[in-house]
Amino acid sequence: MQDNIHTSYKQLEQRSKYTNMFLRWFLYLVLILFALYFIFPLYVMIVTSLKTMEEIRQGTLLTWPSGLNFDSWAVAWGGRGYGAGDTFLKPYFWNSIKMVVPAVFFSTFIGAMTGYVLTKWRFKGDQWVFLFLLFGCFIPFQAILLPMARTLGVLGISNSVIGLVLVHTVYGIPFTTLFFRNYYISVPTELVKAARIDGAGFFKIFFKILLPISAPIIVVTVIWQFTQIWNDFLFGSTFSFGEAAPIQVALNNMVLSSTSVKEYNVDMASAIIAGVPTLIVYVLAGKYFIRGLTSGAVKG
Amino acid sequence: MFKWLEKNLPKIVMAPAVGLIGWFVYGFVLWTLYISFTNSKILPKYELWGVGQYVKLWGSRKWLIAVDNLLIFTALFLIFCVVIGIILAIFLDQKIRAEGVLRTIYLYPMALSFIVTGTAWKWILNPTLGIQKMFIDWGFENFTFDWLVNREMAIYTIVIAGVWQSAGFVMALFLAGLRSVEDEIVKAAKIDGANLFTVYWKILLPMMRPVFFTSFVILVHISIKSYDLIVALTQGGPGISTTMPALYMTQTAFHKSQVGLSAASAMMMFMAVAAVIIPYLYSELRRENAR
Repeated sequence: MQDNIHTSYKQLEQRSKYTNMFLRWFLYLVLILFALYFIFPLYVMIVTSLKTMEEIRQGTLLTWPSGLNFDSWAVAWGGRGYGAGDTFLKPYFWNSIKMVVPAVFFSTFIGAMTGYVLTKWRFKGDQWVFLFLLFGCFIPFQAILLPMARTLGVLGISNSVIGLVLVHTVYGIPFTTLFFRNYYISVPTELVKAARIDGAGFFKIFFKILLPISAPIIVVTVIWQFTQIWNDFLFGSTFSFGEAAPIQVALNNMVLSSTSVKEYNVDMASAIIAGVPTLIVYVLAGKYFIRGLTSGAVKG
Repeated sequence: MFKWLEKNLPKIVMAPAVGLIGWFVYGFVLWTLYISFTNSKILPKYELWGVGQYVKLWGSRKWLIAVDNLLIFTALFLIFCVVIGIILAIFLDQKIRAEGVLRTIYLYPMALSFIVTGTAWKWILNPTLGIQKMFIDWGFENFTFDWLVNREMAIYTIVIAGVWQSAGFVMALFLAGLRSVEDEIVKAAKIDGANLFTVYWKILLPMMRPVFFTSFVILVHISIKSYDLIVALTQGGPGISTTMPALYMTQTAFHKSQVGLSAASAMMMFMAVAAVIIPYLYSELRRENAR
């Protein structure tokens, strides 16, 4: 009897071992299939950008290129060297840099300040002020496009990089405020109180106590803002055209305005160039990227 | 004077942010709302005209197509993103080798812009040299895949690209949610004889209610605002078959110069977002206050 139970238990254990092994194989299979699905477009983009048009016509999406041929990258970045109608990304890439750097700086700085006040210098109704700002995370920008276009016109900065810096700074504030507020709320207020008793003022407390421990949230915020602004198309395409356009707008124009023959290799090289800065940030600082994504999302 | 300044310094520091948001968000939304009740064409007019623009909007075939597309897109986008996101999150949660690498792969599309994504998918899905040719060259001679240029099917190509971009994000939300559950709960259930499937289906997934809610809100929000992806992938075509509200709004405003009508469509979008967001913010705040 005892023996019987023992063997049947052993059988059961054996069987569950097999099902377990099968399950694990299945698990890995599914995960790898999905990984292939996610990798596929990136792979296609890279190999296509390295092929000649002849190779593209003869092979399939997956065919390996015959060699490392960066010609279409050169065309995408610097053009073909003839005058009119020759659009290439280089000037627009710099437009985007000129737009992103100040916009990220200003929005992050303002967000740090408001986050600091909302958590360490609380006043009556501060929760409502926070809610007031937070709502800005959610508005569909279509509801502000028309007045924004007019305002930029009145200020004389429509179709300029400065105009886009203003737009991105303003509509970044709700997010940056959210990030800093949620970070500073976990910093013990006793620290601030003690410093205040010692006679430290508003700015001294910020720069001496809060700022030195803010590195992680600054990284999260800067990455978030950088990605958002670099990837923006709606504002860029609405408030700028021609020479002041940021890179996403230029990419879209390039892909659409192809002349007689569609050059997919140049299109793909352009797309990679436009995507590479944010991809690099993602690969280098994925942890912070994800943190921004989930906390920006969980609340905003 | 100095004392007053010192006492009010925090509020003074807050002022620019509050002022900017007050003007550029609330003020502008109110302006758009007002304009939607006027008969503005190429330039805004300020005499009130009533609800004529809304009547015109809901009588417009293009707008109805846009709303229809939005409903189809939102439903499919939600279902696929959530199902794929949950599967990936649960599978990754099984002490998988190379989890970090896989996670990175699933999430990298979120770092790309919709224009980049759209450009890539447009090339992949194009019928002459893309996927269709790949299958034909592999020997499936009658294989056709022309969704991109097919009026009936083009909207689904936007779903394909959209899901590709956002599913990893849902995975990240659920993975974070699953990881925050105490190990003890799972262990206790296993000691009670529950198998892994039951643990997830009966215990963990029901605990993920807030994550479902969050994903729902974010994904609906993304889909109502979706604009770039359509511009890059189909420009609303073939014909007007893939128009969506955001595209309708900008086209009406900047190409057709129907400012009043486009303001009305913007307000419809605003209301749709508000209907999803306000309950969400309310519940979030209640949860925070309960803590």
